[in-house]
Formats: sequence, structure tokens, C-alpha cells
Amino acid sequence: MSSLWNRVPTWVVTIVVIPVASVALGFGVAAIAILANGVDPIQAYTALFQGAVTNNNAIPETLVSSVPYILLGLGVALGFRAGLFNIGAEGQFYIGALAGVFVAYSLHGLPPVIEVGASLIAAMAAGFVYAGIAGLLKALTGAHEVITTIMLNYVAFLIVNYLVTTPGLMLDPQTKTPRTPYIDINATLPIIFPGSRLHAGILLALVAIPVVWFLIERTTLGFQLRAVGYNAGASRAAGISVARATVLAMGISGALAATAGIVQTLGVQHDMSPAVAAGYGFDAIAVALLARSNPWAILPAALLFGALHNGASFMQLQTQVSADLISIVQASVIVFVAAPDIIRWLLRLRSHQVTRVAITQREGAGV
Amino acid sequence: MPVSDLAILAISIRPIDIAVFGSQALVAATPLTLAALGGVMSERSGVVNIALEGIMLTGAFVGYAVAFLSHNLWLGIIAAVLAGTLIAAIHAVLAISFIVDQIVSGTVINILAVGITGVFYRTYLESQSVAGPGTLPTWDIPYLSGIPVVGQILFQNAFVTYAMLALVLIVYLVIFRTTWGLRTRACGEHPQAAETAGINVYFVRYVNVLASGALAGLGGAYFSLQQIGNFLPGMTGGRGFIGLAAMIFGRWNPIGALLASLLFTASDQVASRAIAFGVHVPAQFLGMIPYLLTIVVVAGAVGRAMAPAADGKPYRKS
Repeated sequence: MSSLWNRVPTWVVTIVVIPVASVALGFGVAAIAILANGVDPIQAYTALFQGAVTNNNAIPETLVSSVPYILLGLGVALGFRAGLFNIGAEGQFYIGALAGVFVAYSLHGLPPVIEVGASLIAAMAAGFVYAGIAGLLKALTGAHEVITTIMLNYVAFLIVNYLVTTPGLMLDPQTKTPRTPYIDINATLPIIFPGSRLHAGILLALVAIPVVWFLIERTTLGFQLRAVGYNAGASRAAGISVARATVLAMGISGALAATAGIVQTLGVQHDMSPAVAAGYGFDAIAVALLARSNPWAILPAALLFGALHNGASFMQLQTQVSADLISIVQASVIVFVAAPDIIRWLLRLRSHQVTRVAITQREGAGV
Repeated sequence: MPVSDLAILAISIRPIDIAVFGSQALVAATPLTLAALGGVMSERSGVVNIALEGIMLTGAFVGYAVAFLSHNLWLGIIAAVLAGTLIAAIHAVLAISFIVDQIVSGTVINILAVGITGVFYRTYLESQSVAGPGTLPTWDIPYLSGIPVVGQILFQNAFVTYAMLALVLIVYLVIFRTTWGLRTRACGEHPQAAETAGINVYFVRYVNVLASGALAGLGGAYFSLQQIGNFLPGMTGGRGFIGLAAMIFGRWNPIGALLASLLFTASDQVASRAIAFGVHVPAQFLGMIPYLLTIVVVAGAVGRAMAPAADGKPYRKS
């Protein structure tokens, strides 16, 4: 057994063995929590699987849930590659949705391509600027993005709630429930799988993967981001503007999160209600870490978390185990991905087969 | 805010208002300061602790659950402190022994806390219709509580607030006046040198991270056992992160942390009072004040804060 493992090449360990083992162990840890709630873990996980895969319409719904995770995961992963820890994806998600929905309900009768395109651009610009604030503060003053982006999350909720609930601003005058007007019919993302809610946003998310990969791996900007993430001091010495790279990385990361927000709005919600903390930011971090910040690997990671979230509501319905259980799975998965020594020890892998995850070891940690 | 409104605000302040204002600011500063003290302990030894938020949430939940089941608020307090210590131990193991990125490890605790408190709350507490354990009583300190203004602010409080005030002093003395504090600071500034001088860096960091968990756990008990006598999912609402900002603003000094926390809560009070006096500012904007203030503070509008030199850097014995 041991000798067999040792013949497995490092890259297989990195992108297959460690993530798969991490997910398996994550379910194991969460099973303990299920037991402690007096429920049979097998029963709970069966319900989770049914809700995610085998129930009627479960697979299209899982794909619908995965769309925001792909875009959010790409955003956080891009930040990671530049050495930035963007915990603010949730705030950027809502700010993007807010700007995009405004465009989408204001326009009328234009071709769908123009309406959707304008809404997307508005959302991405808003997300870029909003996340760019944190990038700018980091570049100018060294303010740690972990704290500033979390604070901006709370501020984003309050901005959304203010605009969405105030008459004369974005509140729909025809309704008593606090929400914006419905978006124009031509701004909705079309359903691509009849009889389900699966919308064209999935195609957009799938296109974003190679685009982000190309940006990170094949462009000068991408090279600069990676260089700064790897060693900011050396990059500065080599003539790269660390400040510019930081602001751009944060901004693009925010634009991707904002795209997730507007795609969710144009594809599923069709209006916007007051924001509630849905944990998108933490979900996005879990997706990006599980994918080791590799844009291609974001897809399976996002599908997994989309499935988990979709299945969790069915599990809660069937077994009364709270859907918050997913957070326990996520936290455990991150632990095992980030501390591969645990899995190395469990599977008796050799140390050279395991590479570590380093994300925020930039100069001036000082949180 | 228009100038006339400000004038009305200024004219209508009386001593009684100052006492009420100060008292409310101090009470609200209780969890922030406890989180900040936890941050001081941890970061002075070189371990960044963004898990304070999750630790407080865990403390709030476990404290309430134990108080609810045992009908004893004091057992709840003890449980909150122990739970905070226990969940901080995960951060310690990951960050110190497994050399996991300290921000990742802290994030794990924050996610885990949401999951654990959410799941157990739903199963065991959400549908309970029995009366809760109530809130901690207010203790008036004899004689001292009669002092005008100062007495009302400082000596008419409940347990967690008194404990916070005592702990500010205790943590200050421990960090700056004891051998342990000297060792802690050595590990936070230059762990290699500390090791050379015979200090066990791992041990010092472990103890400090656990202590920060105990402090933040107590801070969590404030929410569920002193403030409202109930637990609500996500009730800490980012106070752990604001506490971390208070620690930075207070320059990693316990007394500075208390003063910074008071600045946050006092500005919050000013804002909510402004509403009461008819200043027309939407509630959402007032709600943003502590968060925006945190951003301003962390951005170093008050001069660059100096973190311990080895803060956030994993230590590997060579």
C-alpha cells in the first residue's frame, strides 16, 4: 500500500488525492456533528445526495446553485494569486447586483444583448470600484484587506437595504414588500433547459473560466499579479508597480464577484430584496482554496459546493439537520486542504509529494 | 447634518445624559474590548487571530446553551470561556503546529463557528418555548455607585463589564510587567532570538492563543447572557473584527484597546442620539458608522500602527 502511494506523482497528489481526501474527511467531521444532533449521518447524507443529484430537477438546480460559486470562486482565486485575501466577495456580490439591477429595470425595449450587456457592465464596474477601495487602501496605507473587505461587506448590506427600502430611490412604488421593480423582460437571462430554472448564466460562468485562466497565466498583467503574490519585495525591485497590481487584482476580483451577483439577479431573482448575509464570501473562499486557486479546478469545486447547498435544503427538510451543516463541511475541507500534513500522515504519503498552500505571507501582515 | 441640528444637540446635553451616554458606551464597548484583549495576547506572541469573531459567536452560543440547560448564568459564563478556549485551540494547532496560513486558519474558525452554532441552535434551542435563563444582574458597588456621573458609568454594571475592566488591567500587567509578558513579546518580535534565549516559542504562542480564546469567549457571553438573555444566529455581527481594529488602533496595548473600543461605541451613541434629536439621517447610514470608522482606523488615518515584528509569521524550529 505504502509503496503504491509513493509512486503517485506529485501533481496527482496535489490536484486529486488531497482535494478528494479533504472532502471525504470534511464529510466525516460533519457526520460527527450530525450524530450529536441525534440524526443518523447516513440518512442525512442520503437526503443531501437526493436533493443535490437524484431528485426531480435536482441536477439543473445544482447547476443553478453552482453558477455564482464559479464566478465568486474565480474572483477569490485571482486575489489569492496576487497574495490578496478577499473576504469581501459577498459585499461585492450585492453591490454588483444593485448596480446591475438598476440598469436592468431602467431599460425598456432594447435588444436583450444590449440590456444584459449594459447590466453586466454596470455590475462589474461597481464591483471593481467597491473592491478597489480595499485594494487602494492596502496599496496606499497597508490596511489589511481582510479587515477592510469584511467591513465593506456590512456597509454593502446597509447600502442595499437603504436603497431598496426607501421610497423614491430603488423601492418599487407598486409594492408593499421592500424590493426593487422587476427587471425588464429583455434583461432576463433566458432559460436554457426547459422546465427548470437553469439559465444562460451558466454559459457565462463557463466562459469566465478560460478568460480568467488566460488573464492570470498568459498576460503581462497576470504575470505581474502572480509575481507580486509570490514576492512583493522582489517584484518592486524588478520594476513592477505593487500598488497598481494590488488595486487591479482586488478590482478584478470584485468585478467577478459582482458578475456573480448580477447573473444571479438576471437569471434567478429578477428583482432585488434587502440583502441578507448568505455566506457567499466564505463559500467563495472554500471554493478557491479547494481548487488551489487554479481557474480550471474552480469548476469541480464550485459544482461540489453548488450540489452541497442545493442538497442541504432538502436535507434540512427531511431530517431537520440545519443547512448550516454545510459550513462545517466547508471549514473542515479548508483545514485539510490548507494543512496537507494531516492527510499526508493519514495516507502515509511522502513529504516531497505534498506542497503547501501559502496565501497571505506577504510583507506587512499586521492584521 | 445641518448646523442647526448640531446646535440643538449641543444645547440639550445635561449631566444625566452624559452619565447615560457614558454608561451605554462602556457597556457596548465590553465585547469589543474583550475581543481586542484577546487580539493583544495572541498577536503580541506573533499569532494573528482573525478568529475572534467566530470564537465570540461560539462563546455566545455555548454560554447561552449551558445557562439555559442548567438554569445557572454563572455556569454559562464558565462554559463560554471554556468553549472559546477550546475553539481557539483549533486555531493554535493549525497555525502553530501545522503552520497553516494564520488568516486561513482564522477563517476556518469563523466558518466553523457559523456552522456549529447554526446546526445546534436549530436542533436544540430554536423551538424552545421555555423561558430563557434571563440576563446577568446589575451590581451597584456600595458607595462608589453613588458618585455622580462617574459612579453611574463605572460602578453600576453587570459582571462581564466589570470583568472586562479588570482584565484590561490584568492583561496590561501580564504583557508589560511580568516575565511571561516579556517572553510573549520576545516571541512576537523575534522568535529565533527568543528560542536562543531558552524560551519555548511554541509553548508561549499556544498559551497566548488559548488565553485569547478565553477572553473572546467571555466577550461572546456578553451578547447572550448580559445584553439580551438569548442566542440568535450571527448575533456577534462583526464585533470580533471591530475588536481587532480596536486592538490595532490601540497599538496592541490593552489600555489603548479599551480607549479605541470606547471611541467606536461612543461614536455609535452620538449617531443614534442624533436621530432621537430629530436629525434626519437614515438609520442605515448610522449603522455604517462603526464599520466605516474601522476602515478609517485600519487604514491608519491616525498614523501607521506598528505590529509586533513577527506577527503573522509562522515559526519553524530549525
